[in-house]
Amino acid sequence: MKSESTSRVLLQGNEAVVMGALAAGCRFFAGYPITPASEISELLSLRLPEVGGTFIQMEDEIASMGAVIGASLAGVKSMTATSGPGFSLMQENLGYACVAEVPCVIVNVMRGGPSTGLPTSPSQGDVQMARWGTHGDHPIIVLATSSVSDCFSITIRAFNLSEKYRVPVIILSDEVVAHTRESVALPGPDEIRVVDRIAPSVPPEWYKPYGTNNRGVPDMAAMGSGYRHHVTGLIHDEKGFPTQNPKEIDQFQRRLHEKISKGFGEIQVIKSIMMEDAEVCVIAYGSVARSALRAIKEARNQGIKAGLLQLITLFPFPRKAVDSVLRQCRVAIVPEMNMGQICREVARVNQTGTRIVKHNRVDGQLITPEEILKYLVKV
Amino acid sequence: MREEAEIIRQEYLRHDKKFPHVWCPGCGIGIVMGALLRAIHNLGLSKDEVVLASGIGCSGRMPTYVDFNTLHTTHGRSLTFATGVKLAKPELNVISVMGDGDATAIGGNHFIHAARRNLDITAIIINNSTYGMTGGQYSPTTPYGSKSTTSVYGHVEHAFSIAELAVTAGASFVGRGTVYHASHLDKLIGQAIQKRGFSVVEVISNCHVQHGRRNKLGGAVEMMQSFKENAVTIGKAAKMSPDEMADKFTIGVLTDIDKPISTDEYRRIAQKAQRKADQVARTKVKNGVKRYEE
Repeated sequence: MKSESTSRVLLQGNEAVVMGALAAGCRFFAGYPITPASEISELLSLRLPEVGGTFIQMEDEIASMGAVIGASLAGVKSMTATSGPGFSLMQENLGYACVAEVPCVIVNVMRGGPSTGLPTSPSQGDVQMARWGTHGDHPIIVLATSSVSDCFSITIRAFNLSEKYRVPVIILSDEVVAHTRESVALPGPDEIRVVDRIAPSVPPEWYKPYGTNNRGVPDMAAMGSGYRHHVTGLIHDEKGFPTQNPKEIDQFQRRLHEKISKGFGEIQVIKSIMMEDAEVCVIAYGSVARSALRAIKEARNQGIKAGLLQLITLFPFPRKAVDSVLRQCRVAIVPEMNMGQICREVARVNQTGTRIVKHNRVDGQLITPEEILKYLVKV
Repeated sequence: MREEAEIIRQEYLRHDKKFPHVWCPGCGIGIVMGALLRAIHNLGLSKDEVVLASGIGCSGRMPTYVDFNTLHTTHGRSLTFATGVKLAKPELNVISVMGDGDATAIGGNHFIHAARRNLDITAIIINNSTYGMTGGQYSPTTPYGSKSTTSVYGHVEHAFSIAELAVTAGASFVGRGTVYHASHLDKLIGQAIQKRGFSVVEVISNCHVQHGRRNKLGGAVEMMQSFKENAVTIGKAAKMSPDEMADKFTIGVLTDIDKPISTDEYRRIAQKAQRKADQVARTKVKNGVKRYEE
């Protein structure tokens, strides 16, 4: 694993996640073994001690998520990685990270579900769960990777967003992306932008751990840095203490949402490919987006004006970008390895009556370019 | 004593908006909090270096009231958060306060694994034999035959003995005290905090409102009286027959052993890994390769 920008390296998606995490400054990992995410644990157990970080294998995924939050509160960038069954167990403390605004990154290498499901065939079945899995009305950021080089850059992006907005960021990978080995050119260390949480600059007695500012993101003091404060999963006031005051509760809940909506421009990332003159488009994410890319190129060869809107950010849903392609195209094809979890978001945005065609595969097999091409030819 | 109480009130309690506390009159949790604060004060620990974590339930509210780095986590998970904090900043004194249901039902798995793992964390478990905050349902330490709001005909299961569980799971230090024996508790908690390794103090406490009332055990005073009568020091218990010990329980230090602490061990292997990695990096830098991690 060389890391210079000039040469290409042969990497697996899970390995690229690890390199991205280390490059972003991740120095703590807690996890529990699960296929197809285990390579992330294994590699970090090797690499973290080398760079002064800490790896721990906990007794389950509930504990992993707890330890990740604890380490982040102590000032260390932290992450975990899992798959569907483990992701289910993490939902409890994921909600804690949302309400206590603790930066952390959770990688879910999706496999077929529900329950133990299909170990370990690819799936995109956890999309809505990533958005709504933990209880309560919470904001969260969900990113999807489609290739090995994505795994590197999106992991860095995930840490940066998490640190900047004090919000857990979920990376949805899938078994295909995680285990595909490909030759990638990674950016050099100097080309990588790393964002760190902002520490308070006021004296400790003035510090409000959940105070409002124009960003809506409070400054974050690490435990042991002299800024003694209280952190709780209860709805709290600006000082972090539980509150039952309707005004304070309302302010808090709205701030949680607004801090994300203020950052839409930066958070919502999409890739538009051959969309300039497209009449039909494919809206896809994850490994399916790669098949879609191949399909639109083939369609273009056949004279069909096809384009691809690849969603990198799944949530907050990039409504604006989707709206604009739906206005532009006659037909939008939404292929997914689930029964239509993003398609329902697309349909929700569709105000112009654009025809939306679903293509769903739930047999544990990946969606091929040929399948998507068939739709492009038909419509 | 009075002077000490005043220092503790001024130095360690968060007065602004946090009081009155949620605990019922006569509750034992306040006594445990007092013992904890006295122990911390007597050890001369800096408030900035103390992390107090808790789970959910009546005991879970303790961190709210005291001026440390405080962490009120999810139900049963206090030790998992504490583990993350300790690993990220081993120099901090990490203390986790839990209830019996919190630590040994929903958090039971975390509890035994924390003991096995042997991080330098102190766990204080306030055992009042019930889920007080939710209305008096039976917990893993509710005695056989007892009545609770979910065992109205008498409890058909058997209770955990928390301190013995901790010993078996591998804790370095395990002590048991009661809220009646308050100055003994100060000492026990002090020893536990000082102990390098995973230390546990089980505190037998009273929930006269939920547990005592339903089982005709009297009010706070009567329950404390029973702790006084039924607690036997470990030395004394060794000389008593099983029949004599039938309704009694031991207090004191159950175990105090030294074994490698996993944070120390990890630091040792990390230094080795770092040296090796630095060597590789130096060769790479010579060849013009940069590392991401710098």
